[in-house]
Amino acid sequence: MLTPTYMDYSSTTPVDPRVAKKMAKYLTMEGDFGNAASRSHYYGWQAEKAVDEARSQVADLVGADTREIVWTSGATESNNLAIKGIANFYHKRGKHIITLKTEHKAVLDTCRQLEREGFEVTYLDPMANGLLDIEEFKSTIREDTILASFMHVNNEIGVIQDLQSIGEICRENKVFFHVDAAQSVGKIEIDLASLPVDLMSFSAHKIYGPKGMGALYVSRKPRVRLEAQMHGGGHERGMRSGTLATHQIVGMGEAFAIAKAEMKEESERTLKLRQRLYDGFSDMEEVVVNGDLDQRIAGNLNISFNYVEGESLMMAISGVAVSSGSACTSASLEPSYVLRALGLSDELAHSSIRFSVGRYTTEKDVDDAIALVREKVEKLRDLSPLWDMYKDGIDLNSVQWAAH
Amino acid sequence: MAYGKKVLDHYENPRNVGVLDKDAANVGTGMVGAPACGDVMRLQIQVNDDGVIEEAKFKTYGCGSAIASSSLLTEWVKGKTLDEASQIKNTEIVDELELPPVKIHCSVLAEDAIKAAITDLKSKAS
Repeated sequence: MLTPTYMDYSSTTPVDPRVAKKMAKYLTMEGDFGNAASRSHYYGWQAEKAVDEARSQVADLVGADTREIVWTSGATESNNLAIKGIANFYHKRGKHIITLKTEHKAVLDTCRQLEREGFEVTYLDPMANGLLDIEEFKSTIREDTILASFMHVNNEIGVIQDLQSIGEICRENKVFFHVDAAQSVGKIEIDLASLPVDLMSFSAHKIYGPKGMGALYVSRKPRVRLEAQMHGGGHERGMRSGTLATHQIVGMGEAFAIAKAEMKEESERTLKLRQRLYDGFSDMEEVVVNGDLDQRIAGNLNISFNYVEGESLMMAISGVAVSSGSACTSASLEPSYVLRALGLSDELAHSSIRFSVGRYTTEKDVDDAIALVREKVEKLRDLSPLWDMYKDGIDLNSVQWAAH
Repeated sequence: MAYGKKVLDHYENPRNVGVLDKDAANVGTGMVGAPACGDVMRLQIQVNDDGVIEEAKFKTYGCGSAIASSSLLTEWVKGKTLDEASQIKNTEIVDELELPPVKIHCSVLAEDAIKAAITDLKSKAS
């Protein structure tokens, strides 16, 4: 079977062979399989050494101190630990949290849970380009606001938030600032030594490391305290118990080290590919890029082919693996909540495709994808009653639809 | 989610795609669904003097299963009287295309479309 071309790097990435090779050394009897918490013998020391090295690699990429890195099972756990950890520890100071409607579900659903526990959460609308309206954020802060959580780069539309400006406002108002950086780390510069950020979530599998592995940055200066969510042996300075998964940790460290060494070059290359992809579509009729095109991560292109439903387009271009903001498979029939929050019409949201290119994407992959998409969009528009109506000059908003 | 063979066949080779003259006295048009829901079907039927459907055309904006459901329906209604065509149940479409539960709404939409086309045609006659 001919496997489809992978253009869904924002969902996950393959493990870099250099990373996989290193991870394999920490599993078997011949390797360093020990428990890093075993302080009494060689096997434990070897594992601890490997964990320490990986912690340095992760800290180095983001300008943090090694004592500020807490290992977790991934960005979802990091987000949970950061948000619930702050809320539970500082609830006496206040019970108000601010976030954005376009955050990842790991942030939104964590906030929903806190609402059930008596916290109050404000979910801000982003501007039409996907960015936070900083003035609006400022005016939302109250006496009892304890935490703001905004993602660095959005997973669907790739837009980059201005962490410096947001963080400064948080500091002025004594509000803790958590950032979900799963989509940005290793792709754009992050320097936590200078950024006014208190907590930052990382994932390994978005940058060619293993799945099931992540970390949470917890600032020491100013000091941030968390209530643990996972109790046990008191690992990770009591913030996250559980035997350390040495091979996973080593994999994350290696992936982060490679990202640090190659980020600049890789980002330039990825941006060229994204630009090539965009150029391949830009002369088509009724094509809209979702989210700000300039304040955007290099590998992401979220684009709507109006009057063509996203899922059927994905099916038509099955030779290319991508994602869609359409949700025809879900019982709710609701299109992407991220695109809806930008104010996109339902049909544009249903017509969106997210291409995300990465380390192993070639120019040929991009060219093939362009040719395939163009052909299939044309075919599906020929099938589309909405395209007919558009061509006849009918305003779709003026039609009385028999919604079901 | 993987698609069934029959859905893929109709999706890749849709039958009876096109448009009939919606103003003709012997043509009925049914347009159902909404862009907000991610699917819109337009089904048209043309009857002969004996009240038998001699032509059927469709265009659909929607997922693969929605396209396949409407394509299949146009095949089925041809040669049927309006009464026979109005008896077609969405469950028959589900069975034929082996639609999974999340796609049942596509077959419901197709059933609605043929009913709407028949209603439109009858309203022209009266």
